[in-house]
Amino acid sequence: MNRKVKKILTSPTLAGLAALALFAGVLEIAVATDVIPQLIVARPSDTFMAFPELQKEMHLFGAFWETLGMCAAATGLALLIGIPFGYLMYRDDLIGRAYEGWLAAAFAAPTVLLYPLFLVMFGRSHMTLILMGFIPGAIPIAIQCRQGLLGVSPTLLNVGRSFNVTEREMFWKIQLPAAVPTIFTGIRIGVMYTLVNIVAIEYLIDFGGLGRIVSEMYFRFDSPGTYASILAVVAVSVLFYWCFGRVERWLRPV
Amino acid sequence: MSGTLEISNVSKTYDAGGENPVKALDKVSLTVNQGEFVSIIGPSGCGKSTLFNVIGGLIPDYTGEVTIDGHRIDGTHRDVGVVFQEESTFPWRTTLNNVAFPLEVQGMAREAREAKAREFIKLVGLEGFENHFPAQLSGGMKQRTAVARTLAYEPRIMLMDEPFGALDEQTRLLLGDKLLEIWSTLKQTMLLITHNITEAVQLSDRVVVMSYRPGRIKRVIDIELPRPRSSEVITTAEFGHYVGDIWNELREEASRGMADAEEKLAAR
Ligand SMILES: Nc1ncnc2c1ncn2[C@@H]1O[C@H](COP(=O)(O)OP(=O)(O)OP(=O)(O)O)[C@@H](O)[C@H]1O
Ligand SMILES: [Mg+2]
Repeated sequence: MNRKVKKILTSPTLAGLAALALFAGVLEIAVATDVIPQLIVARPSDTFMAFPELQKEMHLFGAFWETLGMCAAATGLALLIGIPFGYLMYRDDLIGRAYEGWLAAAFAAPTVLLYPLFLVMFGRSHMTLILMGFIPGAIPIAIQCRQGLLGVSPTLLNVGRSFNVTEREMFWKIQLPAAVPTIFTGIRIGVMYTLVNIVAIEYLIDFGGLGRIVSEMYFRFDSPGTYASILAVVAVSVLFYWCFGRVERWLRPV
Repeated sequence: MSGTLEISNVSKTYDAGGENPVKALDKVSLTVNQGEFVSIIGPSGCGKSTLFNVIGGLIPDYTGEVTIDGHRIDGTHRDVGVVFQEESTFPWRTTLNNVAFPLEVQGMAREAREAKAREFIKLVGLEGFENHFPAQLSGGMKQRTAVARTLAYEPRIMLMDEPFGALDEQTRLLLGDKLLEIWSTLKQTMLLITHNITEAVQLSDRVVVMSYRPGRIKRVIDIELPRPRSSEVITTAEFGHYVGDIWNELREEASRGMADAEEKLAAR
């Protein structure tokens, strides 16, 4: 067989898609033969067919970009605040030891429940969505940033010192790149929670992008529409993961 | 260019959290003249790396004094370059960018620093691997990258902590030749830590034998083999004489070190 063809056929992306197609096929049969009641799970084919209607009636595509935008803004904010705070917790051991435990505890708590508070402060607005997404996103980034910086090999720091680098260069050229893999672990976890929170709040306050559509479809008992809009949420998550994977590869090629 | 290094009465004690502090160096004094090649040999744990960290300004709390050309040094110093014992290449940089690192932080323009880095890469025999990342190199190649990086910094005093530790004997001998070649052109003051007696005799003007705990200088042996030397020198009778002499000094220390290690293991 042609090597190129073989490479495409054995690519992980394709393998993943094939498994997905297989799953959809099995589900299709299971629902069609009433093994799974249609009231609970929509037939994959019906779900698929619901997309044009969703686009026409609910502007699915616009909602997709809206949720994506909210996530990007919340994640951007989480990075902007999480990384410097992580650095602060690394630099000042007292602050680090004092706050890391609290942050981890706060992260374990369901911050979604804070939404009435933000609703009072900012109303049903994009600000509420961004802030609710920001909170669980920034925490793992700050924690992992501290851990990553603490884990930098002392030998690499000595290399920098022996070449008389400035503190600034030490951070940008040695500590940060060395900590990138650990920080990205935090980013991946953070992005996930940011998305979950944003969609959940959209759902709860009936405002914004995909969460609002899921809620609308759900209350109409439109099962295919509900599943189709959930798939759109999954697409946002996939896109985010892919983007951050690319950025990581760019920052740390190996 | 000068680079006379004077170490006088340097002591260093690590107090590992209060209980049984380790006296790593005890009143070590040594003068290394400009352009001289000195090897330091001694059992594992005798304080060789600690001595380098003191000279390199990487340990703040020691007693005694280190001077370069008569000036007391305090902290890191532009004239001192260190090749570390542990893995020290930056995994996120290619060989080229690793070697160019010290030039980059000196603010040298990209083209100039890359051209210079390529020279040093060639010097350590890594031509063709410029765009490889450390993960794609063997242990010995990574060490050579680190050597090239410190060479590119052009220190007047070069401290090398077992740079050829991960190499087989043959490659080690050939790289020794290479190192002598580099040294004869760049004329730095060289300090080399090694566990390999052959390597020490092959390369050095003097070999410093250190004792095990507390780390002291036990004996300094002048190697009066003619220069320029190549690895062929190891077949001569004189060479064998020096090796035997150093081994006699080391044997006692090494067995003390081993007994100590065994005792510690048994105590666990
Ligand atoms: N950061 C440290 N904290 C506490 N003790 C240390 C530290 N670094 C080294 N030591 C101790 O000091 C002694 C000397 O260590 P050093 O690394 O200088 O030995 P070495 O001669 O370089 O050994 P090797 O040949 O194995 O590299 C050892 O007994 C070691 O346990
Ligand atoms: Mg050592």
